[in-house]
Amino acid sequence: MQFLPNLIFLALLGGAIFWFSKNVGRIRRNILLGRDIDRSDNPAGRRANMLRVAFGQSKMQARPIAGFLHFIIYASFLIINIEVLEIIIDGIFGTHRFFAHYLGSAYDIIISFFEILAVATIITVVIFWWRRNVGKLDRFHKPEMKGWPFKDANIILYIEVGLMFALLNMNAVEENFASSEHSFIVSHSIAPLWSGLSENALHFMERFFWWIHIAGILAFLNYLPFSKHFHIILAFPNTYYANLESKGKFANNSTVTKEVKLMMDPSADPFAAPAPEDGAPVEKFGAKDAMDLSWVNLLNAYTCTECGRCTSECPANLTGKRLSPRKIMMDTRDRIDEIGKNIEANGEFKEDGKTLLGDYITQEELWACTSCNACVQACPVDIDPLNIIMQLRNFATMEESSAPAELNAMMTNVENNGAPWPFSQMDRANWINE
Amino acid sequence: MTTFTVPTLAQMNASGEAPEVLFWVGCAGSFDDRAKKITKAMAKILHHSGVSFAVLGTEEGCTGDPAKRAGNEFLFQMQAMMNIEVLNGYGVKHIVTTCPHCFNTLKNEYPELGGEYKVEHHSQFLNGLLKEGRLKVEGGQFRGKKITFHDPCYLGRANDEYEAPRALLEKLDVELKEMRRCKQNGLCCGAGGAQMFKEAEKGDAEINHVRADEALETKAEIVVAGCPFCNTMLTDGVKNREKEEEVQVLDLAEMIALSEDL
Repeated sequence: MQFLPNLIFLALLGGAIFWFSKNVGRIRRNILLGRDIDRSDNPAGRRANMLRVAFGQSKMQARPIAGFLHFIIYASFLIINIEVLEIIIDGIFGTHRFFAHYLGSAYDIIISFFEILAVATIITVVIFWWRRNVGKLDRFHKPEMKGWPFKDANIILYIEVGLMFALLNMNAVEENFASSEHSFIVSHSIAPLWSGLSENALHFMERFFWWIHIAGILAFLNYLPFSKHFHIILAFPNTYYANLESKGKFANNSTVTKEVKLMMDPSADPFAAPAPEDGAPVEKFGAKDAMDLSWVNLLNAYTCTECGRCTSECPANLTGKRLSPRKIMMDTRDRIDEIGKNIEANGEFKEDGKTLLGDYITQEELWACTSCNACVQACPVDIDPLNIIMQLRNFATMEESSAPAELNAMMTNVENNGAPWPFSQMDRANWINE
Repeated sequence: MTTFTVPTLAQMNASGEAPEVLFWVGCAGSFDDRAKKITKAMAKILHHSGVSFAVLGTEEGCTGDPAKRAGNEFLFQMQAMMNIEVLNGYGVKHIVTTCPHCFNTLKNEYPELGGEYKVEHHSQFLNGLLKEGRLKVEGGQFRGKKITFHDPCYLGRANDEYEAPRALLEKLDVELKEMRRCKQNGLCCGAGGAQMFKEAEKGDAEINHVRADEALETKAEIVVAGCPFCNTMLTDGVKNREKEEEVQVLDLAEMIALSEDL
């Protein structure tokens, strides 16, 4: 019976890691359902971008208040997690405060520092909760945030407060032990709250908070893959694989290039038999469904934490149009998630009569975009909603011919007279003599 | 126009000459009455600075930007290939344009299709002339005037160029008052992504009206743009707010040409 707690702990830890890996594997599989795109170039530049944007939080600081508050939670998360390592060692080997034996008096100083971070986290989370629920910041209350996304955001805040609360009380209870060897700065001041308990009750409560804390962390870990909060992991690969080129440079479709070159080649035989590789299925232009997008678009979708900075900068959204770049990302994620479940249920994707364009994202949203890149600039983790919009437009225009009539007229002009307006190309230089 | 002639590349080529730079006029600059004034101002500055330049004239065609942004990759590449054939045929190395959309497309999307040139927005090219001492600008009529600058999305966010236009304005000794949203956070005029050619979707405001309000908030006498489409949108916005008597919308090139009495 002596090793029962160790065994329970190992089972809990093993189960949590197993289930988490399983769900991360599902997300990875879903992301890789996307079209291939090469982002293996410039590893040094990519590392630098990841360090600056994800690790260094550079783009978060564009909004100083949220940026500062987020930095507190982020830094606390990274640093306090060092303690989780100790908790895991203690749990597996049945030790108590394993690092204390090696760090001596420095241990109390380090844990005290962690406690200060824990208090800072609680304060920050309260402010965040206030901003979201009472402060009525416009971007937290857009139509796409109704229901689960709003609840999801609050659940995360509650879990964070719960974890910090357990951590501080665990330390406070222990300070009341007859055998207590430690005293930490914050828990020292709440220790008197627990001083009335018997020695047995104190030991019980210390274990209680210890287990709540670690079980809470493992539960939180397993909540991540089902939550917008998965950004704490994906922000890193997402910034690594981000587009590092000019934001104005839109990719050229290489299949189209081949066709156009053939058309413009005077020596090409228009009646030539198709080349052997043309037996392959005909490539679709642009994207209609989530699987037609690239894996980077899908990685973007799972990285999005729905902060809404993109939407709050979008000129279309600011002027009351339906388009919301955040909704583009949420729709993409929800659709690829649905496709993933479809594959799990049927062994392979079984046609379900739904598509990203049409069932999730409407043409009205699509055509409201000015391609101004404000959303791309605003995203703190380098998500690119514009890239998805453009691929959907490619499909709408080239496969469905469903672009707005005025745009079709504009394109007819470009085709016939080399300008978006119906002026003759022969009049192009008239300005010189006017 | 004028006191000097603007040669086409075909004419120059016929007489065995090659210009220092090709002035890419663009569709707006060729056909839109308002934008033509910008084109002429730019031509005057180039001539005044002794820059040997030419235009493609009737051999120029839309870069394909609005087609690509409207989703028609095929039409875009057709336009691109035709233009590249012409440009490469003349051995063009250096292009300057007053349109940020042409600038972006020529600079970023043509190289992969075989069109590699040094491409500059006119704000960048004119800065170069200033640095070389070929163009001298003094405040002139704009000295001390309160102005604001609207960053074109396709120059700013799309290509990270925020300083070149401001450096030009500084030479004019104007008082530059930035809008609430500027540089990286600049608000679009509403014309990009082929919106210029269609009605906006249903909403509760027009983007160009909102942007005009932001410009008017600065109490500037002149709203400076660096894009023919932004110019149109902001001019309409200012008119909508019935401020066209007090507030002018001008292009960077026009500011310089006017200050030098060109």
